[in-house]
Amino acid sequence: MSKFSNKGGKEPPKVSTASLPDIVFMLLFFFMVTTVLRDAELKVAVQLPFATELTKLEQKSLVHYLYLGKPTKKYQALYGTSPTLQLGDKISNINDIPIFIEKHKIKVNESQHGRITSSLRVDGNVTMGIVQDVKTKLRKSNQLRVNYSAKIKQQ
Amino acid sequence: MAKKSVKDRMSNEINAGSMADIAFLLLIFFLVTTTIDVDKGVLVKLPPWSDEEPDITKLKKRNVFSVLVNAQNQLLVRGEPTRVDELKDRTKEFIANPQRKEDLSEAPNKAIISLKNDRGTKYGTYLEVYNEVKAAYSELWEEECQRKYGQAYSEDLPLAIRKEIRAKFPLVISEAEPTNFGEE
Repeated sequence: MSKFSNKGGKEPPKVSTASLPDIVFMLLFFFMVTTVLRDAELKVAVQLPFATELTKLEQKSLVHYLYLGKPTKKYQALYGTSPTLQLGDKISNINDIPIFIEKHKIKVNESQHGRITSSLRVDGNVTMGIVQDVKTKLRKSNQLRVNYSAKIKQQ
Repeated sequence: MAKKSVKDRMSNEINAGSMADIAFLLLIFFLVTTTIDVDKGVLVKLPPWSDEEPDITKLKKRNVFSVLVNAQNQLLVRGEPTRVDELKDRTKEFIANPQRKEDLSEAPNKAIISLKNDRGTKYGTYLEVYNEVKAAYSELWEEECQRKYGQAYSEDLPLAIRKEIRAKFPLVISEAEPTNFGEE
């Protein structure tokens, strides 16, 4: 006890600011981690199927995503329960695909148009009917590089 | 007197030296736990759209390996029911035809895989089938590469070698317009 009372000072106690940079960095890292990785809010539930012959998609700027699945609980009242297509962050109609692709193409350098990939993130339980319709639409829009998104199957 | 002693106690700073350590600990924790979601998948090249259906009846029957999947996710491979896990070996045997059987493909570069499914087929099953066929080809490429060059087939090999191997076992998958019996 005496150790502390010995010091004796009249000035008001100072709050240490030495840790402030650390706190700021911590917050910064936290936000970096939580915000960057989610690019679109999923309105459909997508449980990817498993596969072994996987290719990594390089260059994210050349990839656009098409989600197919049943709407999540939150959106079932609005969109029903049958499998639906989501383009970007909104539920769309199959006829919106060509415009969606064109919108992406504008952002990409013309020399790389041939390397644009459509990544189909389709729920494993969706029936092929709607998938086929999407594929046909992609073929008609001359978007032929397609990636069937899947998770790696552990042996 | 009592008031002064409180002030005294307050003037002692909290040791902030460990703050940086805590921050780093948290940073490392987040770095380790978050997996940056790299998108992986089966890359395919769709055929350009044409209004007429490709006619596979012109091909010799022995060169066509037809895989049908119905709305109950059952497989019919060249007329007989098959399980998905048998598909890869059957495909490999069909393409390479090591015993020169009469009913299997004449040559690997003449073999054509024909896939047909129903609109009611589950996407998971479709992808499984596609994956098995692709796996059969990649195993054949691997074997060919090991035999000829003594190394594993990978994307790092020179393009000429990869092209040569792929030309010997060209991956030709023809997808027919699906039937419509079982869509919900």
